[in-house]
Amino acid sequence: MAEHDDLAQLIACPHCDALYHVRLPEEGERAVCGRCHSVLIRPRKRAGMRIIMIAAAVAVLVVGAVWFPFLRISRAGFSNDATLLGTALSFGTGPLALLSVAVTLMIVLLPLTRALLLIYVLGPIVFDRAPRVLARPAFRLSEALRPWSMGEIFALGCAVALVKVADLAQLSFGPAFWMFSALVVLTVVQDRTLDRWSVWQALEPQPLPPQDHAAAIADPASRAGTPA
Amino acid sequence: MSAPRSAREAGLVACTRCSRVWPMGTERCGRCGSHLVSRDSRSLSRVWAWWLAGLMCYIPANMYPMLVTSTLMSSQSNTIVGGAIELVEHGAPVPGLIVLVASVCIPIGKFIAIAWLALSVRRGSRAQPRRRQHVYEIVEYIGRWSMIDVFVVAILTALVQLNVVASIHPGPAALAFALSVIFTMLSAQAFDSRMIWDRIDEARA
Ligand SMILES: [Zn+2]
Ligand SMILES: [Zn+2]
Repeated sequence: MAEHDDLAQLIACPHCDALYHVRLPEEGERAVCGRCHSVLIRPRKRAGMRIIMIAAAVAVLVVGAVWFPFLRISRAGFSNDATLLGTALSFGTGPLALLSVAVTLMIVLLPLTRALLLIYVLGPIVFDRAPRVLARPAFRLSEALRPWSMGEIFALGCAVALVKVADLAQLSFGPAFWMFSALVVLTVVQDRTLDRWSVWQALEPQPLPPQDHAAAIADPASRAGTPA
Repeated sequence: MSAPRSAREAGLVACTRCSRVWPMGTERCGRCGSHLVSRDSRSLSRVWAWWLAGLMCYIPANMYPMLVTSTLMSSQSNTIVGGAIELVEHGAPVPGLIVLVASVCIPIGKFIAIAWLALSVRRGSRAQPRRRQHVYEIVEYIGRWSMIDVFVVAILTALVQLNVVASIHPGPAALAFALSVIFTMLSAQAFDSRMIWDRIDEARA
């Protein structure tokens, strides 16, 4: 007897499979799974617009950070500039070239791709238009890429590398280093702002009627469950 | 308030990507288009396959040099552990420890944690599901950070190219280590954490 419409009112915790009725939490609050404590819903006002702006900034910064020098090293009259792309491609030829591909993806291409995908997906939603045709696969891809986009790890890597060469030569930062640091902060803020459930809800072919977007917190479906 | 029951007990299959539920037997999520399985029965074999691949790459990653540093006088190659110890000895204990934690403690801890989770699902475990879920989340969150040593090598290689004065080149261990990190990330992603909670579901049913 599980009707299509009834099922749209339910939410299953993706981590432990616990089933709940959807009740949208108040602004600033979160709906948390009672069993495994994962955050299920975390609505934020104007989150869409904020994420789009962050994503646009990330895209600009990645493109900028690729071209400007990143770190400069000098010793005994020799000096060398490192760019982000140069760093990503530093493994040269042979089997280690595979690493160049992986590093380029992780620190340049995937952050950029994710930013563009998010703009593509959220743009129409923010302006109350119908979602784009490919919005759903695009958001799915963006989510799948998330663990592989490693800007913040690269930033910590820079800090370690700086210490490593400190006694070998003199170092100075280029503009791209600061761009990249800003990018890391933005990415972290973006991940905290993005409420996956709200996005999927907005991409739903037939969205929930508005009166369901009211009360407090998710409660167990077992009380009013509808076994099929 | 009664404990929540699972989507499976309710005769539903849940989408782990967008948390929408569908009648049991639905093959594709109508909202996000993901393939739906109530419990991924092949999950564990994929976990073990990636786990083994990761372990097999981790061994050479520690035996071969990660970095080859050449200066005017000498050329020196460092393994992962050697490089970290050198940092500590050169009066930089914090970065040394970061590398040591990211490249040794995290990978080894991860191998043990994933194996424990996978075994505990198959055998049934007395450990609290909540604690196991917690371990799984830590593994998923922290695993990517092992990549830091690969990035350090990339940065150093791009940076330290001062003709004959000093230059740094990557060693074969960099590739092996990166593969090991990637494989263990895939192993953790393959694990279906809903299986952690199934025992108590079955006990109640
Ligand atoms: Zn849960
Ligand atoms: Zn779905």
